[in-house]
Amino acid sequence: MKAALVDLWPYLVLILVGFLPNEVWRFIGLVTARGLNEDSQLVVWSRTVATALLAGVIAKLILFSSGELGGIPLAVRVGAAVCAFIAFFALKRSVFAGVVAGEAALLAGSLLF
Amino acid sequence: MVPPTTFPSTAAAYLGGVKSALGSVYVIVLMGTYVGLGALAHDVGVSALWLAVSTALVWAAPAQLILISGLASSSTLVEVAIAVTLSATRLFPMVVALLPVLRGPGTRLRDMLLPTHFTSISMWVESLRLLPHVAREHRIAFCNGLSTGYMGTAVVSGAIGYYLAAGLPPLLAGVLLFLTPLSFFLSTVNNARLAVDKMALVFGLLLGPLLAYWQVQLDLMWTGVIGGTLAYGIHRVRELRQ
Repeated sequence: MKAALVDLWPYLVLILVGFLPNEVWRFIGLVTARGLNEDSQLVVWSRTVATALLAGVIAKLILFSSGELGGIPLAVRVGAAVCAFIAFFALKRSVFAGVVAGEAALLAGSLLF
Repeated sequence: MVPPTTFPSTAAAYLGGVKSALGSVYVIVLMGTYVGLGALAHDVGVSALWLAVSTALVWAAPAQLILISGLASSSTLVEVAIAVTLSATRLFPMVVALLPVLRGPGTRLRDMLLPTHFTSISMWVESLRLLPHVAREHRIAFCNGLSTGYMGTAVVSGAIGYYLAAGLPPLLAGVLLFLTPLSFFLSTVNNARLAVDKMALVFGLLLGPLLAYWQVQLDLMWTGVIGGTLAYGIHRVRELRQ
């Protein structure tokens, strides 16, 4: 019984901390009868909150990397992100080209430094 | 590519959706994102099965990123849940906008459950683009097929990233782990077309590490609320002045 609980614990966490807090917004959308204007102030504000939060997660992953990525110097990680950003705009806003450029810069940087 | 207006059967409409998904550019974006998430999941120490189940149940890459990286950090589960829910508010207006396109005269609420769960950015953009060309009685089946194609791609890519990270030498594993912040960074930059979204992005990039460095409780929640509200406030003041 105890062993089963230990095995199932990660899935319980997944449902309570991942699935439900995420799914609730889809469900509210389903039961909301009236339409919501894309430009309504509430929608704009919730989008800015979500954008800032996600940007925060991204910056933390680059600056305070764990595991094997943490073994690559901080300056190389930040430099590679900047390269990706520049390549993205230089190559007609292509996410794919930006990712390839950033990864190439990270690999080159970590081999050089 | 515009799919045919009518399908001979519901099954054909579903398969048409799967085909549309596998042929779209979003498949490449999803592959990159989920290979990266797979590598991160391996790094964090959750199982490959757990990752696959999370992709099927959560089906939102930002929420999964916050969940997986949050479980590895010193954050409490409540903090992670708050961050996940704040990242997911966008799903609400997306579902509201999508349902009228899917709904037909005889549609029951339970027919809408699956498309509601499947709602995510890639599926949403493609559904709004393609569904108007699909006969109304086949739209739900087509949309479910489209979503299955995307979700299947994500599950397979996640597993590939997970096992790649397990077998690669440290340097290449580091390069693979960099895929997650990089692809999320660029797609967020790409999505931030309006000045208000650009400001929110910049504030988040600055506040996130700063609040974490100062060891502020609920740092991600405050990054979102303070950064987002600041951007929104500046946008409103500018708007009212005009």
